[in-house]
Formats: sequence, structure tokens, C-alpha cells
Amino acid sequence: MRREAPQKLTDYGPLVFPAGMLITFFVVPFATMIAVSFFKRNPSGFYTPDFVFENYERFLSLFFGKVLGFSLFLAVTVAICCVVLAVPFTYLLSRAKRRTQVLWLVALLSILSLSEVIIGFAWSTLFSRTAGITNLLVMIGILDQPVALNPSFGAVLTAMTYQALPYTVLVLYPALVRLDPTLTEAARTLGASPIKSFFTVVVPALRNTIVATLIMVFIFALGCYLLPQILGRPQHWTLSVLITDQAIYQSNMPFAAAMAVFLVLVTLGLVGLTVYAGRKGEAA
Amino acid sequence: MSGLTLQNIVKQFGTFTAVKNVELTVPHGTFVCLLGPSGCGKTTLMRMVAGLDLPTSGAIKLDGKDITNVPTHKRDLGMVFQSLALFPHLTVGENIAYSLRIRGVGKEEQKKRVDELLAMIHLAGYADRPVSKLSGGQRQRVAIARALAISPKLFLLDEPLSALDAKLREAMQVELRQLQQRLGITTIVVTHDQREAMTMADTVVVMNGGEIRQAAAPVEIYRRPADTFVADFIGMTNLIDFKADGTGASVLGASIPSLAVPAGLKSGIISVRPEDVHLTAPGNAPVTGTVTFVRDLGGTIETFVEAGGKQIVAVSMPNARPDVSVGQSVGVQLNPSDCVVLKS
Repeated sequence: MRREAPQKLTDYGPLVFPAGMLITFFVVPFATMIAVSFFKRNPSGFYTPDFVFENYERFLSLFFGKVLGFSLFLAVTVAICCVVLAVPFTYLLSRAKRRTQVLWLVALLSILSLSEVIIGFAWSTLFSRTAGITNLLVMIGILDQPVALNPSFGAVLTAMTYQALPYTVLVLYPALVRLDPTLTEAARTLGASPIKSFFTVVVPALRNTIVATLIMVFIFALGCYLLPQILGRPQHWTLSVLITDQAIYQSNMPFAAAMAVFLVLVTLGLVGLTVYAGRKGEAA
Repeated sequence: MSGLTLQNIVKQFGTFTAVKNVELTVPHGTFVCLLGPSGCGKTTLMRMVAGLDLPTSGAIKLDGKDITNVPTHKRDLGMVFQSLALFPHLTVGENIAYSLRIRGVGKEEQKKRVDELLAMIHLAGYADRPVSKLSGGQRQRVAIARALAISPKLFLLDEPLSALDAKLREAMQVELRQLQQRLGITTIVVTHDQREAMTMADTVVVMNGGEIRQAAAPVEIYRRPADTFVADFIGMTNLIDFKADGTGASVLGASIPSLAVPAGLKSGIISVRPEDVHLTAPGNAPVTGTVTFVRDLGGTIETFVEAGGKQIVAVSMPNARPDVSVGQSVGVQLNPSDCVVLKS
């Protein structure tokens, strides 16, 4: 269908509401944050309007570099774990009976109703020495005595994967349901075992969906700030944790804003790079 | 023996029996069409041959070897799906080479075979094109080439031409038949189009309600249908009740003296093809009727005659155009040799 370009000012009418929402809830807060990142901190109070780069300068240190590096590494790992778990799971789910599908989807959606705090404390109990899952392993004779599994990197990774998995499945589900089931059947008649046909047909045919899902989970995991504090050691703290710390406990809003702006820029850069690489790969 | 043998195949989905006690032998190198209305179990039967569904009971043998429980990917077959199922992320060449790649055939050899197959389907030079840039007929050919890449023992096609327009479909039927004869490959095609089945097959297997109603050569199926379903499903026919009367049978109130009725059969149905119904002047034939409609299609002329409370269709060629008009009284001549006696 061909649409005419808007001619009069009133033709833009339908855009007023979404544009207003976007400006009020995205552009204004984000612009405020960028502005604050250049303000000067007032140790006795809050901050005073100014235009200084000291917040960004302070950030350029080995310590913050390491935290940034770890944050990105953690987010990428969570994204990969989620996709590796969710793609086969969702594929099998999409081939299951309607009833089974509904039950699983409802169960997964119910995880979304849990807050990050509840997820964090639930896993910290499960990973504890006194009441944790290692007690079960002792009971069935795999371990000699129960051990504490947190705080540790594994605990942070597990809880974050747990939290992001429902989103991953929900993003993958429509694409996998739409995937023509005769494609895998064709692969099997051509000599591919079910596992081979999954990797040579299902995964490549869904490449774009999988890349999009990786980016989504990556960004989701980057904003996580409670789980690393509850389940990790200080070296497992992410940039989001430090931003929260600076903004809320140290009352250093300008520095927190500078870190947040920097994190957004790095994230945008990485996503842009992934999309660019994907385009190039498609052309080749 | 060499070829495909199906022994007492049954397939149940829950309480529904999709395929009932099917017995079929497909000699090596023959072309078989599974023909029937939708829901008759023909696709289910083919999926079992392919190993995509497992039979509830019965055995499938290929060249004397029981393959009932052999997984699909070890059966060495080629299958063309109704949706074609070409891989959207691969080029034409990669699609065709897929089965070779899976089997670890070298790159050089893959390329050689792909070029060979592309030449065979008249698409030489298309190897690097994306599948999405092909027309319907070209995709069809690529799907066929992909299925034939490994020179399979069995070539299965599930409603392969249903997505094509009528003209292209007719051309592809001829092409497919010629290809099959050149390669001498055992081929099974599922179709609901009887014209397609008649064009291509050595043996037509007519199915209904999960059972094989008749399996024979196309002409045999047409001339000697086994029952009223087959007679009615294949082409046009007139099904007329008869009663045995000592020497022959009485049909439409008149007697056909020399009609061979099996001993003991008191009544039944005869099937007469419309081209075997001859119209004469009234009084020259035992049965008299009234013309109700004439459909002149140019190539053939169908005359609808009401006789003895039955509607009978006669087909004739333009050069033997019957000189009749609606409302006219005509004689209906049925030759005993053209009548097939069926149990009712």
C-alpha cells in the first residue's frame, strides 16, 4: 500500500501522543543524565551546574576499566548461556503438544513475576551450606559434606541466567513456531540425523533471530545490579552495582551519571558492531 | 526380491485408523502413484515408507531388507515435500549438495555432482543463486535435484506439483516421468489428481478410507475398476443398477442378453464409461431415454440422457456428433463388452 507523505501540520496529529510519551519518559531523563554527568559534585550537598570533565576523567582508571570489562564479560556469558539453553528447549517445546506448550509457557511467565530481590535470596538459600542443594547431593552420596556455593561467579551466573531465560524463550518462541517443520524432515530424508539436522538447518535458518536474542539478553544482563551483590564477591560486582553505589550511597550523582552514559555508549557500540558483522556475514 | 514391499501395514493415531492392513509390492524401477481423496491415508503411507512416521504394525522391506525400524536418515532415500522445504539459508547449489555434505563427500566432487544435476533440470549456472530468487517451477526442479543428489534407492514425492499452475504442472508431469525412466529409479508419488497419476505411473494405487481399493496399471484401472469407488473416482462413469435374469441382466428395464454376470450374483451395479454409451435413433436400441442437456465443450460433447429414472452421460467426439437436441427421445446402446460388473 502506497501512503502519501504528510502534507499539513495536522497530518502529524497521530504522532503527538507517542512523541509526548517518548520525550517525557526517555528524552528528558536521558538528557538530564547527560547534563548531570558534566556537573560538579558538591561534597556538602548534591551537585552544582557546571561543565567539567572530571567525572569522566576519574572513570578512566584501571579499576573502572576492569569493572567495565567484567560487566561486559558477565553479560556476554549470560547471553550465551541463555541462548544455548533456550534454543534447544524452545525448539522441542514448539514441537510438543499444545497443552504441554501452554503449561511450560505459563510456568516461565510466572518467573517474570518474581522480583530480582526474591530471585537473589532464593538462590542464596539454594547455594548455602546449611540449607542448599549440596545437602541433596550428600544425601544421594555424591558429596561427603555440604558446601557453600556462594558467593561465587557461578552463583551470579546461574541466578542471572535464571532471570533472563524466560525472556529468551519468549523472544525465540514465535520464530521457532513459524519455522516450517518439513525443513527438518527434509534434512532427515537427505541423511542428517536429528541432531545434525538441528545444527545444519534449524540454527542457521534462525540466525537472525538468535543474534537479536543474544543482543537483547546482553543488554538485559548489563543492567542487573542486585544479583551480583547478593550472590557475588566484590570482584564480581558489575558497573551497574558501582553506579547504584555512587548514586545512592555516595550521593555522587555526576559520577554515577558519567558511568551510566559511558555504559550506554559502549553497549550501543557493541550492538552496532554485531549488527554490522551480521550484515557483512549475510552479504558474503 | 528387489524393490519395496509393504506387509500388512497399519497406522493408528489414537483411536483413528489412518492406514488399514496395506499390502503393496513395488518392483525395482517402477513408478507408483498413490491416488485418493484427501484423508485417505496416502500421505501417511508415504511418510511411513520415508520413516517419518512409524507404522503401528506391519513391515516395510526394501530390496529384501527389513527397514521398518531404520531411522529416516539411514534409509538412503530422496523425498520431495509438498512445501518443497528448500533450505532458505542456503543457495541453490548448497541445497542440492546438502545430502553430499552431510555424508562427507569432498568439495570438488560435490561441485561436479551439483553441476551435473543442474544440467539435468535445465538450470545450469544457477548454483550460486539464493532459493528465494527462483520461480515456482524452478524451485520444484531444485527440490527434485536435491532429492536425487545421492542417487537414492527410493524416490518419494508428496503432492509435488500441487503448487504449480495447470500448464506448468502438465509439463512437469511429462518431465518427471521421462526423468524417472532415464534414471530407472523406484518412485512413489502421492497425488489426488487422477490425471497426474494416469500420466506418470506404471501402477496406480487407488486408496480410500485407509485401504487400497485397487492397484493396477492406469488403463486397467480405467477399463476394469475393481469397485464402484474406483470407477467413480477415476474419470467419469455411469453407475447403473442391474438384476441378473438367467442368461444376462436387465438394465434400466431392458435386457442385455450376453452380459457376463458372475454366477450367484443376483443384482449389482455396472459401470459404463460415457464414451462407451452410444446414442441411436429410438427403437434401434433396447433402452429409450430423453435428452435433458447437451454440453458442447468443443473437444468433446457430453449428452445427458434420462432413461429408466437414471441420468446417463454419453460422450462423443465432434466428428461423431450425435444429432440430438434437448427433449428429444433417443435410443441408448450399451455393449456388453464395455460394461464392468461390480458388486453393490
